[in-house]
Amino acid sequence: MVVNGIHRSLTLDTRTSLLDALREHLRFTGTKKGCDHGHCGACTVLVNGTRINACLSLAVMHEGDSVTTIEGLGTPGNLHPMQAAFLKHDAFQCGYCTPGQICSAVAVVDEIALGVPSHVTADIAAPMRLTNVELRERMSGNICRCGAYSNIAEALAEIAGDKHDSVHL
Amino acid sequence: MIPFTYERAETPAAAVAAVAATPGAKFIAGGTNLLDLMKFQIETPAHLVDVRHLALHEIEETAEGGLRIGALVTNTEVASHPRVRRDYGVLSRAIVAGATGQLRNKATTGGNLLQRNRCPYFYNTDLPCNKRVPGSGCSAIGGISRSLAVIGTSERCIAQNPGDMAVALRVLDATVETMNAAGQARTIAIEDFYRLPGETPEIEFELQPGELITAVTLPPPLGGTHHYHKVRDRASYAFAIVSVAAVLQKDGTGRVAFGSVAPKPWRIEAAEAALPEGPGAVVSAAFERARPMEDNAFKIPLAERTLALVIAEGRA
Repeated sequence: MVVNGIHRSLTLDTRTSLLDALREHLRFTGTKKGCDHGHCGACTVLVNGTRINACLSLAVMHEGDSVTTIEGLGTPGNLHPMQAAFLKHDAFQCGYCTPGQICSAVAVVDEIALGVPSHVTADIAAPMRLTNVELRERMSGNICRCGAYSNIAEALAEIAGDKHDSVHL
Repeated sequence: MIPFTYERAETPAAAVAAVAATPGAKFIAGGTNLLDLMKFQIETPAHLVDVRHLALHEIEETAEGGLRIGALVTNTEVASHPRVRRDYGVLSRAIVAGATGQLRNKATTGGNLLQRNRCPYFYNTDLPCNKRVPGSGCSAIGGISRSLAVIGTSERCIAQNPGDMAVALRVLDATVETMNAAGQARTIAIEDFYRLPGETPEIEFELQPGELITAVTLPPPLGGTHHYHKVRDRASYAFAIVSVAAVLQKDGTGRVAFGSVAPKPWRIEAAEAALPEGPGAVVSAAFERARPMEDNAFKIPLAERTLALVIAEGRA
C-alpha cells in the first residue's frame, strides 16, 4: 500500500489491523488507538480519500490502497489548513483525539460537497447545506473526552466556509 | 483474535467455492461488524475470503423502473445516490440514521443486512447466550432487557434486530439476490430474509452455509412521502430503541415498519391497512401478540407515539 505518498511493503500476521500496521510497523503514531472497536474515532484515517476507522480494518485487505494519516496531511512547518484552523480555534485540550478529528473533518468537507446526506439534512434531494448542526452530526463518530466540540465545529466551519457559499452557524 | 488464513476472491463463483472448500470460512467485505466480533472471539472464522474485489459495486436501473444495488455498494454510496435520495428517501434516511460517517463509508449493503444482534449478553462472553453458544441459555430473559425485542421472541432468545437499513428495505419490499455454494443464484424476499429465533436463535438469516449476497433489488418507486424516525438514547451514533420507517400517501394509506422491536424489521400488512384510522389502530394490530419484558414494555407506547409523529410529518 501507499502510505502518505510512499509505497510501503509489509509482511504481517493476518490479524494485524490497519491501525496497528500504521502505528507499530510503520511508526506513524499520529493515528491513535482509543477503543479499538470503532466507537471513538481516534483511529480515523483516509483510505483512497475516504475516512474510515483503521481499527476495524485488516491491513492485509489494503494491498494496493492509498492511506493518508495525520502525518500525510501536513507537517509542523507546512500545516494543512484544517490543522491550522484547529490551532487557531483552540480545538483541542489533551490532543489525543485530534488526529482523528482532523482527518474526519477534512473528509466531512468533501462529503458535503459530494452530496452525502446526513441524519439532520432537511431535504436530502437538494444540495447539502453546511450548518453547525450538520457539522456536529457528521462529526459524531469522533469522541472528545475533553469536550472541545464547539471549537472543533468553529475550526471546521472556517475551512468549510472557504469551499461553500455559506456557513450557517 | 484467533489466527486465521486469508485470501482475496476475484469473482462470486470463486468466492463461494473458496468458502465451501475451507471449514470455518467466512466472507469479509467492510468487516466493521465481523472484525469487532472477532476481537471479542464471538466470531472465530478459520479462514476469511475477501469479497471486496468482486464486480458488485454498481447501482443499476432495472427494466421495471427500480434499482439493483450491488452487494458491495457502501452505505454512504447508497444513501448519496441521486435516485435513492429522490425516489427512495426512506432508505437514504434510514442509512444515515445509523452508525457514523466512518462506518458507513466502509459498511456494505450485503454486510449491513448480515449485521449481528446487539444484545448485551451476546457480547458478554462470560454469560450464557443461546445465539452465541446454542443451548447455554438466555441471560436477557429476566436480565437487562430495555433495548431488546417485545414481539417475535421465543423462550430461547429476545434479542432485537438493531439495523436501520433493513427496516427501510422491508417497507420498500426489496429482494435479496444470492449465489449459493454450488454457484446457483436465487432471490429472497426481505420479508423472509430474517428468521425469528424459535428453537434455533443461532440461525438469524435465511441463508445456506456459504451462500453469498450479490445484490439488493428495489421495486419501482412508491411515490408518497418518505420517513425514518429513530428514537435513541442520544442524538447521534446510537442504536434505536424504536424506529419507524414509513412511506405515506396523500389519501392516508401507506406502509409502515418498526425497527428494534423484534428479531426482524417488524411490518404487518394487515396492521398498516389501519393507517387511515390513526397510529393507535396500527400499533394495536401490529403488536397484538407482543410479549414484552417489564423493562421494555415502554417500547409499544413509544412505537405509537413515534408513528404519530411520522404521520404528522407526512401531513405537514
